[in-house]
Amino acid sequence: MTVRGQIPILRIGSTLLASIQVELKDTTAQALQADMLSVLEKEGARGLVLDITGLDTVDTFVARVLTDTGRMARLMGTHTVLVGMRPEVAATLARMGFSMQGVHTALNVEEGLALLARLVGARPMPT
Amino acid sequence: MTVRVLSHQEMNIDNEDDVVLVRRAVRTLAEARGFDSFAVSALTTAATELSRNVWVHARKGKAFIEEVTDGDRTGIQVEFVDQGPGIPDIEWSMAGGHSTAKSLGLGLSGSKRLVDAFHIESEPGKGTRVRITKWKRF
Repeated sequence: MTVRGQIPILRIGSTLLASIQVELKDTTAQALQADMLSVLEKEGARGLVLDITGLDTVDTFVARVLTDTGRMARLMGTHTVLVGMRPEVAATLARMGFSMQGVHTALNVEEGLALLARLVGARPMPT
Repeated sequence: MTVRVLSHQEMNIDNEDDVVLVRRAVRTLAEARGFDSFAVSALTTAATELSRNVWVHARKGKAFIEEVTDGDRTGIQVEFVDQGPGIPDIEWSMAGGHSTAKSLGLGLSGSKRLVDAFHIESEPGKGTRVRITKWKRF
């Protein structure tokens, strides 16, 4: 487990998981992005899972940081799945005209891990 | 339509944490007044976008959070006032997709879509005033 900013990054097999349980301010979101990419660079990962179950508000800045993280990770050869978006958050972002380009999405962590397994192919996950 | 103010709360926006505090105050009030979760999210998100605009562009400003009624219904009105650089071309900024800071440029246009009433006035060099209103649905 890596804790640098406020949000711990867990490793599950070859996947990195960050579960956001704090009220995000801009710099916390940016710190998470930097931490994720830094852990990815140092340790490698087949996939990233960003769990936003704990977020009751996602504005365009935070949404942008999250999707940027996905795009950056993709450039580094890794898929990102955003999971746990609440219905009211999805409705708000959709109404604002925001689309989550650059990240995959799934209902919850379990579905996200399953999606990543499909995305990286049938290769066995190294332990 | 005369709008009467039922309660009034004034908050300073002087640093990044204040953006979170304004968001929390708006959410707390909307929840306490029985807004449904979708309306709470819409209003809270719009308030976040607009208070961030104050912080990012003007570095200093105020948020006025008010409970209002027009006689038939109650609502929440939030006004953001700053003496920052102002917006040179409101129409262009409101069209969306034009980012001046590290955002998507959806802040103003997106916020407008989230509320029932949106009023903006701005003068370059003088500042910006944005007022949003969300009415409670029965």
